[in-house]
Amino acid sequence: MAEVRSDPRGQVDPAINSPGREGLTGTAPANLYAPGFEREQITIAPDFAPADAQPAWRQDFPIDWPQDLYVERRDFMKFLVLISAAFTLGQVSIGVQNWYRKRSGQPAIQRIASVDDLAVGGAVSFTYPDEHEPCLLVRLSTSDFVAFSQKCTHLSCAVIPKPAEGSFYCPCHEGRFDLRTGAPTAGPPRRPLTRIVLDVRGRDIYAVGVQERTI
Amino acid sequence: MNASLKRPFSRDQRTTIVYGMLVFVLIVVVLQLWLLTATMNAWLGGDDAVVWPAAAVSAAGLALNVGLLTFLGRIERTRRLGE
Repeated sequence: MAEVRSDPRGQVDPAINSPGREGLTGTAPANLYAPGFEREQITIAPDFAPADAQPAWRQDFPIDWPQDLYVERRDFMKFLVLISAAFTLGQVSIGVQNWYRKRSGQPAIQRIASVDDLAVGGAVSFTYPDEHEPCLLVRLSTSDFVAFSQKCTHLSCAVIPKPAEGSFYCPCHEGRFDLRTGAPTAGPPRRPLTRIVLDVRGRDIYAVGVQERTI
Repeated sequence: MNASLKRPFSRDQRTTIVYGMLVFVLIVVVLQLWLLTATMNAWLGGDDAVVWPAAAVSAAGLALNVGLLTFLGRIERTRRLGE
């Protein structure tokens, strides 16, 4: 049977005339003042009752709750620092992408369509500045043309032109943008559509640049 | 120096210290989250003036958090040496 270690002070009656103290000179036995357990080494149950009063399962698997609390908080803090590092990494990645964006410079001029191809209120889709950026060219009147990126500024769904309603409509989350300016008018989008700068040369319409806006 | 000042922190004291640090770290992490979303929104809108200053502030927040974590590790090591 395994030896159970216990506090030696509990076994000794410190009364001077108690049994087991015969022959002593009135002083307490040396082991009475043996160092007890340090407070931090004592397992404290959640109900603060002594170990003997705990159910058998807790006696078999004692959990040091104050230590558990401390370790939990410490590990939570480590996790938060990791998240903090991820956010910083995100900021740096934006900086790197910005550097690439600046490095690539202004996109090349590209012919989109002929004025004659588009009726008033009509729209034509094209890609600019590369094949991964779908855009829409809309003819507002005989002399007015506007072009915007087709990607909704909420979650990049493709917007649909609704000239009769004077808006671009995003079917994903019921977002709407003004047909003339690309400004958000309804739904979750907060930023306007990216504007494609146009230049009409003779009978041809050219895309000459990209204008991103926050308001 | 007074000997009591050199005594390692007890577990209760360390738990209190961790709670205090957690408050700081949480505030900094929430600030970083806000900073990231605001920077992303500005950058997608074509405003790149805030990108690197925001990254610098975020890095400063991370340095503060790492510093606090390092301090916590140091007081734990002190405790182990003192035991």
